[in-house]
Amino acid sequence: MSKITLVEAVNQALEYEMAHNNNVIILGEDVGKNGGVFRATLDLQSKFGEERVLDTPLAESMIVGTAVGMATQGLRPVAEIQFMGFIYPAFDQIINHASRLRNRTRGRLHCPLVIRAPYGGGIHAPEHHSESTEALFAHVPGLRVVIPSSPLRAYGLLLAAIRDNDPVLFLEPKRIYRMVKQEVPNKGEALPLDECFVLRSGTDITLVTWGAMVHETMKVAESLALQGVEAEVIDVATIKPLDIDTILQSVEKTGRCVIVQEAAKTCSVGAEIAAQIAEQGLLYLCAPIQRVSGFDTVMPLFKLEDYYMPSENRIYSAVKQTMEFA
Amino acid sequence: MDTDARKLLLEKMLYARRFEERCFEAYMEREIGGFLHLYVGQEACVFGVMAAARAGEDAVITGYRDHVHGLAVGMDSKLMMAELFGKESGCCHGRGGSMHLFDLQKQFYGGYAIVGAPFALAIGLAKAIQLQKRDQIAICILGDAACNQGTFHESLNMAALWQLPVLFVCENNLYGIGTRIDRSTAVTELIERAKGCGVTGAQADGQDIEAVFEASKVAVEHVRSGQGPYFLELKTYRFRGHSMSDSNVYRDKSEEEQWAGRDPIQILKNRMLESQEITEEEYKSLDKEILDTIENEVVAFARQAPSPDVEDLEKYVLCDTDGDSEQGVNTNG
Ligand SMILES: Cc1ncc(C[n+]2csc(CCOP(=O)(O)OP(=O)(O)O)c2C)c(N)n1
Ligand SMILES: [Mg+2]
Repeated sequence: MSKITLVEAVNQALEYEMAHNNNVIILGEDVGKNGGVFRATLDLQSKFGEERVLDTPLAESMIVGTAVGMATQGLRPVAEIQFMGFIYPAFDQIINHASRLRNRTRGRLHCPLVIRAPYGGGIHAPEHHSESTEALFAHVPGLRVVIPSSPLRAYGLLLAAIRDNDPVLFLEPKRIYRMVKQEVPNKGEALPLDECFVLRSGTDITLVTWGAMVHETMKVAESLALQGVEAEVIDVATIKPLDIDTILQSVEKTGRCVIVQEAAKTCSVGAEIAAQIAEQGLLYLCAPIQRVSGFDTVMPLFKLEDYYMPSENRIYSAVKQTMEFA
Repeated sequence: MDTDARKLLLEKMLYARRFEERCFEAYMEREIGGFLHLYVGQEACVFGVMAAARAGEDAVITGYRDHVHGLAVGMDSKLMMAELFGKESGCCHGRGGSMHLFDLQKQFYGGYAIVGAPFALAIGLAKAIQLQKRDQIAICILGDAACNQGTFHESLNMAALWQLPVLFVCENNLYGIGTRIDRSTAVTELIERAKGCGVTGAQADGQDIEAVFEASKVAVEHVRSGQGPYFLELKTYRFRGHSMSDSNVYRDKSEEEQWAGRDPIQILKNRMLESQEITEEEYKSLDKEILDTIENEVVAFARQAPSPDVEDLEKYVLCDTDGDSEQGVNTNG
């Protein structure tokens, strides 16, 4: 089996599910003839036809609204937003409609749709093409927010997202779209939503992260191991609903926790995780929780980007401080 | 148009072409980061419009393919190049980049990466001009695909309802990234959609700068004389991919070749050669002069300019809370 990248795994999952479920429809800007600006939908229109892979006009609100309408009729739309920064014209459709239909109709309608969007920094792009605003969406009841961090998890989680009966915002960390390759069996096996993945077990400190930051965090964990510090690394994967139990079990074992995220710090997903640990696991802690995070400012352009993004150095020094806390 | 005016426009278009080509090289050399959308092939549009308007005085707002718009309002190309290089000396101090050029002195309210957003911002500019009775118009320049965004309809409706002093210029290059206009748009003559919103207007050949200029004179006169908004649709074509990462596989080669034969610079140059207003030698020496200026002044300036300071990262987020007392020029309101 040949190894594939994260974006190829997205394409493979889409293709698998389209082949096995006629109700799956793809829609978005340039997704058809052009194969998507990141090539995530490459060749899908030629394989499944223009009826099932719809090139839309440049109109995000319409794209998501259309997906919501389709979803209420038994279809399973997968909408692409070209960059996460372009999703805001569709904010109304996502927050006021997609995520509330089920509640308002008391379960008579639900909204099985997926919105895929590349997100995150590290590709030298300007602000809207680089930021991580997952917390805006995680705040909304009725919406799942899922972020894969490897080709395997992209494949398995995207299949799960399409099969899920609720709206899922599926955020793809574009910095690692082509960074690593893995063998990804194309057997249509989904991975569980709403569960964290423990990528490395350890007893000394818990490192909680998601998306592209998983890679920096794993590297730090490996170098810590050389110094005799065994870090447990948790990939949150589903940001909302949050699997706090896995995180708490780990913190109970290690007593120390560092959260690593690209997003701006205030009111972030990291803030929520820290709050829940404080509520339910305060007495496990031997040291204050630390967040290694982006800054409370607009994502800067490439000259300052490396400074903005959590680096291995920043993660390492936060771990060191946490470990050294009496 | 007299010879001097023609010469000036030819020079401006050629400068813009060479500027964009130099940006391409700098991007390949990784001196420019982020995304880069070149205006090659479309030069007649913005220069034709701004020749009819008051460049540097009328308020201009546009999308992300904005370098040449910056030149057309009279921005200093050194500060533009420094911005593209992400440097502190850039027009946004290296915070905006290629898609977000800005120059308050030139009343250039900037490039915007979010397609469609400037339509609505232009309504605000125009409403303020109207309320404050300023001798100025607002000019909003966007692409064809942008006209499918909700803000197009929302904004044109307001412009007509309030009879705002705003000129909408649509650079219709037939594509939004890889999607051809007839695959995304039911009414492909965009002027018809503007009329449907109650905004009058016209179409013009966007490859012929004199045609653009003549049409723009009518348009600007209409808006400036208080007759309300105007929509000018310019038929044009971008000669390169959408951005540097564009595979450019979606266009027919024959279509590309056909448009390549309608290069706005060649059209004006040939006209001037025929009427003996310029010689091939003069053109060549002009070209060489431009290339030298761009290399030795513009690129050299951008290269040696300092990078932004990490200490400033969290400044200018909110007024007064970042320890910086500098206020916007609009705070006297
Ligand atoms: C709200 C939003 N959606 C999508 C994009 C991605 N995108 C950038 S340019 C573009 C096409 C715009 O085409 P057009 O308006 O015709 O201008 P042109 O590029 O042809 O000059 C798209 C889809 C974006 N920048 N903003
Ligand atoms: Mg276009």
